[in-house]
Amino acid sequence: MQNYSLDDTYIKTLDPQTHELAVTTKDLRVFYGDNEAVHGVSLPFERYKITALIGASGSGKSTFLRSLNRMNDNIEGSRVTGEIMYRGVDINSQAVDVYEMRKHIGMVFQRPNPFAKSIYDNITFAPRRFGEKRKEVLDELVETSLKQAALWDQVKDNLYQSGLSLSGGQQQRLCIARAIAMKPDVLLMDEPASALDPISTSTVEDTLMALKEHFTIIIVTHNMQQAARISDYTAFFYSGQAIEFDETRKIFTRPKIKATDDYVSGHFG
Amino acid sequence: MSAKAIDKMMTGVLYLIAGIIVLLLAGLLGYILVQGLPHVSWHFLTSPAKSFEAGGGIGIQLFNSFYLLLLSMVISVPLALGAGIYLAEYAKKNWLTDVVRTAIEILSSLPSVVVGLFGFLVFVLQFKFGFSILSGALALTMFNLPLLTRNVEDSLRQVGFTQREAGLALGLSRWETVVHVVIPEALPGILTGMILGAGRVFGEAAALIYTAGQSAPALNFADWNPLHIASPLNPFRPAETLAVHIWKINSEGIQPDAAAVSAGASAVLILAVLAFNLLARWGGNRLYKRMTAG
Amino acid sequence: MDPIKEAMLHRSHSAKLERRGHLISLACISLIVVVVLAIFFFVASRGLATFFTNKINLFTFLTKSTWAPAVKDAHGIPQVGALPMIVGSFGVTFLSAVVATPFAVGAAIFMTEISPNLGKKILQPVIELLVGIPSVVYGFIGLSVIVPVIRTVFGGTGFGILAGTFVLFVMILPTVTSMTVDALKAVPRHYREASLALGGTRWQTISRVVLRAAMPGILTGIVFGMARAFGEALAVQMVIGNAALLPKDLISPASTLTSVLTSGIGNTVMGSLENNALWSLALLLLLMSLAFNLLIRWIGKKGEMK
Repeated sequence: MQNYSLDDTYIKTLDPQTHELAVTTKDLRVFYGDNEAVHGVSLPFERYKITALIGASGSGKSTFLRSLNRMNDNIEGSRVTGEIMYRGVDINSQAVDVYEMRKHIGMVFQRPNPFAKSIYDNITFAPRRFGEKRKEVLDELVETSLKQAALWDQVKDNLYQSGLSLSGGQQQRLCIARAIAMKPDVLLMDEPASALDPISTSTVEDTLMALKEHFTIIIVTHNMQQAARISDYTAFFYSGQAIEFDETRKIFTRPKIKATDDYVSGHFG
Repeated sequence: MSAKAIDKMMTGVLYLIAGIIVLLLAGLLGYILVQGLPHVSWHFLTSPAKSFEAGGGIGIQLFNSFYLLLLSMVISVPLALGAGIYLAEYAKKNWLTDVVRTAIEILSSLPSVVVGLFGFLVFVLQFKFGFSILSGALALTMFNLPLLTRNVEDSLRQVGFTQREAGLALGLSRWETVVHVVIPEALPGILTGMILGAGRVFGEAAALIYTAGQSAPALNFADWNPLHIASPLNPFRPAETLAVHIWKINSEGIQPDAAAVSAGASAVLILAVLAFNLLARWGGNRLYKRMTAG
Repeated sequence: MDPIKEAMLHRSHSAKLERRGHLISLACISLIVVVVLAIFFFVASRGLATFFTNKINLFTFLTKSTWAPAVKDAHGIPQVGALPMIVGSFGVTFLSAVVATPFAVGAAIFMTEISPNLGKKILQPVIELLVGIPSVVYGFIGLSVIVPVIRTVFGGTGFGILAGTFVLFVMILPTVTSMTVDALKAVPRHYREASLALGGTRWQTISRVVLRAAMPGILTGIVFGMARAFGEALAVQMVIGNAALLPKDLISPASTLTSVLTSGIGNTVMGSLENNALWSLALLLLLMSLAFNLLIRWIGKKGEMK
């Protein structure tokens, strides 16, 4: 396998004056025990845009994504250093309440993981835990989030059937609906379509395109066509580093770094 | 003898062993039920035992067994849930956790008579609870807790980690996720374990003879004030259970019909334990189906 | 100020619940550990009093065969020889394991190798039911069936180690069987396939390959069974005859640590030598249970190394 220099990087800077930034990271490092899985990644994520994180397996993109809402906290032996700025606060600091933060930075996982509850309860479970008891508000929430996730028409008559009875693609859209029912600012998505068939994948992609009106989306994907189709910005990860970050059309047409070029054109490795 | 002939012979031997074991159980159950069931009547199930004459029943013992079971489950279930949650969700992989696991393993392998003697020393004498339902329930809790805890832990672990991530990603704490998402999903397994535990507790005697005591004072079933001495609900009264009763009349019984009474009581005990077993299987399956089906 | 920022910098309700939940579960697990420590502490403090307070020699305790704590010998020392009970306990334990092992291993082979279908449909539930039968019921059957049969066949009273062995055999059979089943199931399929492909018969495959590979697991099962037999109290007490004498054969009344304990504790005065001596037996029981535990761990480690 060919080795690329890790010093050769291009990270486009986004001017906060002209681009409203939802999240920025500074020198973010993730350790598992003694092993450093992400080496100092500094990236900006613009509000109401989709940013795709691409790269081979093991390049650290998923690990990086999971550290953005501190999901790595739950993995024994992991440690994250560096800054994650969100609304003027470094959410990687102990002063921040991690549970409150995750209400605003939601996450959708690679494998659909609906609760073993009804569709209705899947969506309303968290809002009810956080104190919303009014039935009409909850009903409304179920309808709007299912509509946003493009699932409403298929399940509106069966809201009380188990979320697990849906097909894989529908389950994933239910998980998206569940995440957006929390009305988050930012949605992190870890290869949300990788376990799905092509038709479900394209439905989920359409859903994402519609969602960016209201949410900032950061999505990890293996699928380069997907990144090219839906994202505004793309970051290419290699060996635990962000090698190149730019507007998506530039990454896919005129990448500045050879590693990126090889990867997007399929000559990688 | 050729290898083939030996193979044939050994297959025969194994069938024979399997057959013997099945016959053994059939014989055991058959003996108990044939000897005991004719003696079981409504009168037998409801009337008090007699010490020196024939015709005694097992009414009070039966009630004691159930009450003791209930009380010990009320104490041990929440403890087992808490401890199981700790082991499945919070315990880090370090030496301290190893010590805790070893302690649970030791507790689960302690002879129940030792647990009973400890209960006698601590609850009956030290805490001055005397021979009482409460002492017995606490002894049974110690006897039952390690197995229940392990069952809770295993059942929680059966639920995929992705479910916990789903809850956490919504801003819920680990505790809320476990209580509201993971436990409901693990419920069939947890309940099955609890019912099996209940069966075990119901038949246990060695841990009880020096804690709940070996006497069954008359009860006034019209008095449900737990503070009254003759009230069935009083947790501070001595309470011989069905299993202890069987042991008692067999080792020092002087009733003329001791054999018949113990056969009848054994039959009732076995049927109760069988019922717990069937309930655990049937209930667990049913609940599991209901939770996974659409 | 930004309300979201504000909220993130305060401790949320979830964080409080998390803290509380963590503490509650920690308290539950700590309680179990405390209970285990307390059991050891209380039983040991009582059991050691025989040696420290009553100045009984440990060696005498373990090797002398006269158990009469209330009676003093020619030198004025109470006779606290626990050998009869130790021999009784080990006797019934080993004998019942010896009888149970072929049945348990045979049944387990039947369930995993010969007829998994019949095994699952019939033998599995049978084994589960055997586990469920309470020990007093086993004792009752021992008393009303096994003891008379022994009396008729061998003479004597019928009570004794042989009766205890039979009762314990049935009681530990399911334990050993189900653990052997687990051990056999853990043997990888390709072991069997390799042996069968080399022309081995089914029995050759089982005896030379499968049983050998599963040996640590089977041994663990047997030790578990022995631990159960050693600690079983009431069923044994009902059939063994309860005579604290060194058993001279298998059909004369004998006793075990547990049987003397169950019949004795209630009849002695707390703090007296008679009572302390009984607690020493309990301590011995506790230590043996610990020893079985260590043995199981040791076998497990050995098995892993292979």
